[in-house]
Amino acid sequence: MSGTITIDGKTVPFTGGQTIMDAALEAGVYIPHLCHNPEFKPHGSCKLCVVEANGRNVTSCTMPASPDMVVINDTPELNEDRKALVQMLFVEGNHICPACEATGNCQLQAAGYYLHMQSPRFMHFYPPRRVDASHPDIFLDLNRCILCELCVRASRDIDKKNVFGISGRGIDSHLVVNSESGKLGDTNMTVTDKAAHVCPTGAILIKRKGYTMPIGKRTFDQKTLREFHLEQQKRVEPKDGPDGG
Amino acid sequence: MMQPPDLPDIEQRLAIICERHDCEPHRLLQILIEVQEMYAFIPPEAITTIGKHLNLPRVSVEGAAGFYSFLSLEPAGQYRVLFSDNVTDRMLGNEELMRHFCNRLWLEPGKVSEDELVSTDLTSCTGMCDQGPAALINGWPVTRLNRERIDLIADLILSKSPVSDWPPTLFEVNDNIRRTARLLGEPFEPGSAIRAALMRGADATLGELKLSRLRGRGGAGYVTADKWTACRNSQGAARYIVCNADEGEPGTFKDRILLNRYADMVFEGMTVGARLLGSAKGFLYLRGEYRYLLKKLEEVLVQRCEAGLLGSNILGEPGFDFDIEIHLGAGAYICGEESALIESLEGRRGRPRNRPPYPAQHGYLDQPTVVNNVETFACAAMIAACGGKWFRETGTRDSSGSKVLSIAGDCTLPGIYEYPFGVSVQKILEDCGAQEPYAVQVGGPSGILVSWQEFERTISFEDLPTAGAFTIFRRGRDILEAVRNYAHFFAHESCGFCTPCRVGTQLQKKIVDKIANGHGTASDLEELKQLGHLMRTMSHCGLGHTAPNPVLDMLQKFPGAYEQKLTSLSFEPAFDLDAALATARRITGRDDPWAHLP
Repeated sequence: MSGTITIDGKTVPFTGGQTIMDAALEAGVYIPHLCHNPEFKPHGSCKLCVVEANGRNVTSCTMPASPDMVVINDTPELNEDRKALVQMLFVEGNHICPACEATGNCQLQAAGYYLHMQSPRFMHFYPPRRVDASHPDIFLDLNRCILCELCVRASRDIDKKNVFGISGRGIDSHLVVNSESGKLGDTNMTVTDKAAHVCPTGAILIKRKGYTMPIGKRTFDQKTLREFHLEQQKRVEPKDGPDGG
Repeated sequence: MMQPPDLPDIEQRLAIICERHDCEPHRLLQILIEVQEMYAFIPPEAITTIGKHLNLPRVSVEGAAGFYSFLSLEPAGQYRVLFSDNVTDRMLGNEELMRHFCNRLWLEPGKVSEDELVSTDLTSCTGMCDQGPAALINGWPVTRLNRERIDLIADLILSKSPVSDWPPTLFEVNDNIRRTARLLGEPFEPGSAIRAALMRGADATLGELKLSRLRGRGGAGYVTADKWTACRNSQGAARYIVCNADEGEPGTFKDRILLNRYADMVFEGMTVGARLLGSAKGFLYLRGEYRYLLKKLEEVLVQRCEAGLLGSNILGEPGFDFDIEIHLGAGAYICGEESALIESLEGRRGRPRNRPPYPAQHGYLDQPTVVNNVETFACAAMIAACGGKWFRETGTRDSSGSKVLSIAGDCTLPGIYEYPFGVSVQKILEDCGAQEPYAVQVGGPSGILVSWQEFERTISFEDLPTAGAFTIFRRGRDILEAVRNYAHFFAHESCGFCTPCRVGTQLQKKIVDKIANGHGTASDLEELKQLGHLMRTMSHCGLGHTAPNPVLDMLQKFPGAYEQKLTSLSFEPAFDLDAALATARRITGRDDPWAHLP
């Protein structure tokens, strides 16, 4: 099945099996997102990419495109809801941008800027979260985890190691690692794993690399989240390459 | 912090359990439930060992074990006492009883006693609302709690008497059937529906189902014949029939009675479905709270096999093979959502799937699957036996047949009432002896809060759809407290997958708490409305979509419930500086004016 859909009035082609997000990114139409990364199986948890398709709200990274679908994406109302979702992600964790190693390279922070977030809006949860420095090369700081499961997907589908998983429920959902001690140092993760390089925030950091890139020259000092995501899409095309990694 | 207990032979014991389950990854949850029963928690070594036997990554086992409320990753004591915390339990004084229990045993909720003997906590509605306050003790329901019973339980625990030796009166559960109509009132001969279906043929029986206009009894009201037809028309290596007995909506307990007394009718409906769809395997997903019914249900299955109503060549029909397996849940409301239920059946975390595809095309093991409510299958059996026209004779145009309601709260005769669809709220209130009714929560917290001005409304898909809960509040009840209980329920039961529900249900809970504590302002009301909109429009599944319902209904219909509690300010910070100093005051033993902020 292939055909075209319209997104905010613009005609966008799609081919069989593509989601609304796939079709949009390929056509250079931006739908804000955090948990989606075209290199991995879609997940659909952050809900930033919710659009209205044929009058119904759907998650664009998991919803298959269908012929003549009418998609509404870039509206003040939807962007306002997206901003609220980003604010929710900020208050449920412990995000201290100015002191964070990932500042300037963080997609959550960039989403805040992109959606004109001026304040956290909601009350902070200040949850007690774990920090794990047991691995010689990788630092795990769950204070910054937004549960996008990109590391889970990367370790499972590309590294074939299943280093990460999610346990707990509801607000207590949290990342766990594949060892009885619960420590990353006791897993078989290595710094060359794909999973070490997909975190959109600063939850997974490579040790001894923190401040090699000065502030001012970091990714989102140079470009917006929109530009970054559209370029990311170009890097993974064409799709017949090996893993894209 | 408790010392990890010594666990000799754990590897051996687990090997036996895993072998018994054929080391089948889909049996993971069933294995974990057995481990929990054996050790009173899931030890870390057990997670590693199970992973090895089932060939699953350790994180997957830990992920599943951490998801379900009745599985505990920390030692929870020899006795685990979970007080049901539905709003009906609250009205009957469960908080006071829990305090009394804690005082008797020197306990703190959520913590294990120092002698590692007992722990206690709250749990979501256990489905005993007509005979509460209720609790689960090591998974077994105790009903009609009062001080005397609590004292008895405390003594039994202190004497370390095994729960199996406790007086049976503690565990007595009554059916309390108060009113029957065509489903519960007509005699049903086991085998009659299957015989009729075989005589009529599969196409004609599906035709009767269509003619009956039966709609799903789980609340959403999808036309059953359409669901079954979609499954029938889907290609697959096998088809599955799943009965959803994960009756988790607070205030609902009608499936408890259907399973206890009408199990044959339910299993027969599944078997008729199997004939129509060409399925050889069915599951009954039984909520953990109803584990006490497991033995009885398994006996019914054995009897049906012996009578030729299950197994191979059912009723002598060559090639008509169908088996039913009972699968236990372990405390997760979200597993009532059909795709989360399927995930749980497959042994994983109960996380709703992305849809499409729908279960009718890609369900259990990715094969075409029908998931229906317990009552829907019972109706299907009656339709197969008596015909679609007979079924349609009662009810309304868009809601044929009758509905079994679970009535509890402020009334003299709580229990099970079956009415033809179209009955008014007023009529029900009169029948059950409601005292000065002021509000009714129809369909549980995910349903509709009906005010006294709307009692003429009717139970039907056209007006007030419901899975069966009908919770009555008399004049003078604190509606804000009820809504607060519901807000806490949703926050506890959100699966945590999507942002709007995971965080939104927490924020909603915190804001309702703030208002109840007298710190709410007009801006908090506005925030609740906006949060409600966000959860309704952006969430992943029905839980998030309906979680704001009780809050928004209260804001619209019961201003009196919260207006007096608001402070006059248009804004008050959520952070209470003086309250934050409480710990410091406790440490220093001070409570003088200088230890407080002005």
